[in-house]
Amino acid sequence: MSAVAISEPRREELVIEKKHPLAIRWFHWINFPVLFLMIWSGLMIYWANRVFQVHIFGHQFFGKGPLFPDSWYSPDVPHWWPNWMHWTLTKGFDDSGNVRYSMWDLSSRLAEGMSWHFTFAWIFTLNGIAYVGYLVFSGEWRKLVPKPAAFYEAILVVLHDLYLYRKPLPVRKYNAAQQIAYTGVILMGGLMLFTGLAIYKPSEQSWAAHLVGWWAEKPGGEVGVTAYSVARFLHFWTTMAFLGFFLVHVGQVAKTGWNNFRAMVTGYELTKIEEVGE
Amino acid sequence: MRKIQRDFTPREVMEPSSPQDMRRISRRSFAWAGVAVASTYGVLHWIFTRRQDNGIPWPLRRGLDVNEQVWTDIYDGKRKVPTYADSQITEERENGDEGLHNTDDDTLDDFDPATWKLHLVGSASDSDPIEITLADIQKLPHVEQVTELFCIEGWSIVQKWKGVRFVDFAAKYPPPTTDGSEADVVKAPEMLVPYVGMKTPNGGYYVGLDMQSALHPQTLLCWEMNGKPLEVEHGAPLRLVIPTKYGVKNIKRIGTITYSTDRPKDYWAEQGYDWYAGL
Repeated sequence: MSAVAISEPRREELVIEKKHPLAIRWFHWINFPVLFLMIWSGLMIYWANRVFQVHIFGHQFFGKGPLFPDSWYSPDVPHWWPNWMHWTLTKGFDDSGNVRYSMWDLSSRLAEGMSWHFTFAWIFTLNGIAYVGYLVFSGEWRKLVPKPAAFYEAILVVLHDLYLYRKPLPVRKYNAAQQIAYTGVILMGGLMLFTGLAIYKPSEQSWAAHLVGWWAEKPGGEVGVTAYSVARFLHFWTTMAFLGFFLVHVGQVAKTGWNNFRAMVTGYELTKIEEVGE
Repeated sequence: MRKIQRDFTPREVMEPSSPQDMRRISRRSFAWAGVAVASTYGVLHWIFTRRQDNGIPWPLRRGLDVNEQVWTDIYDGKRKVPTYADSQITEERENGDEGLHNTDDDTLDDFDPATWKLHLVGSASDSDPIEITLADIQKLPHVEQVTELFCIEGWSIVQKWKGVRFVDFAAKYPPPTTDGSEADVVKAPEMLVPYVGMKTPNGGYYVGLDMQSALHPQTLLCWEMNGKPLEVEHGAPLRLVIPTKYGVKNIKRIGTITYSTDRPKDYWAEQGYDWYAGL
């Protein structure tokens, strides 16, 4: 038998690759229930004075009233509210004994909401500081913070996700759109914390509200618009924007699949590599 | 030789590295995740089911108490709240008539401001309650200020108030000190008894204040609002304006002021709200 030198064909192999450090997984998963509690208790507080409205090109959305008006949930379940979402409505009675449905059972729970909000705000704050501190000192921030080119690349990522761009994208731990989204959401967390402080202590720590609403403190502006009201507006809408991020995030995770999700729990991902025989 | 054919720096690869190993790692991690989810549920369930302490589960009440300690330490009476120009005064808003109405039919009661006197209990000079007239109070230096009032519900208004600073009132009618020494409200406020309680003449509404917030230079006993004498609905003849606290502490129609070593009871704090309610 003569030896025939044939180079081995390339073959693919699955390997277990480290993806997310333990610290980041803990910070992420602690944040999930805590931020949910903060939003839930925050809505209890908002429910005591539902003032925010949505105007788009002069047209007011969500009826005539404020965002989440009474007509959404009382005295009947709104006709357009889907059946599978009825668990969000709690049946109750008003002072005259009429049936009322309240969404997520948020009404008349201001005191309770404040006590949850101002207790769990500490955990949200400490966890957030620890997370950002870890990113900085471990160098992980380099994978997360977008470089200027990322803003162009992010457009390609979105086009790719919409099946409008077919060429392969550069492979990195986080693609450009993820970098922008995740860095943005950290900044939003910081803004929620800061505007939260501004409306929590508008007298003793008035510098905080002043920093976001200094222009409203001067005479000549719209009467009733104060630095505090600006901070309150930002606090609410940053939270709504965060909910928007959350929906997209969950959708993308579902689309990307189990291997990716599992990596956020275990820290490891199964990765295809090509082994080259020689 | 093993190469990872990707355009970024190869990261840490596990050895051994088979799908079986991944399953082993997964099982361990998801077991921990299960413990974490169960613990989170356990902690929240535990908080929800605790004994109520004045309207909220006691662990949350302890949370508010911790916040009170923190913000009491950070408090600085020299920091003033922002003031506004007259042009920034908002519409008047009437909110809350607890302590001003007949409890049986909810109508405003037949209180007569003309015969009103303020009762001061627990002052340093006299063990019996002192009766103080509006004229007595108005002899003290007057102050006018346009400040924001923050309702605990979330909205705020900007109003102009006229009255005397509580610190001037307390200098004229001093609280006792904790060690029996002579009171000096301005120079040694930390020696005073730590609390002030206020209630309406019928006792239907009552607030408790920490002494240092009561002595804040912008805490006023007011008889005028937006250039007019106080209306009954806004707390005639004398009300408290304390911009370092939520609106609920800005008690209308003060009947009795009490200096106290013990924490005075507070109407809304009994119903789940924070006793300190500092801003």
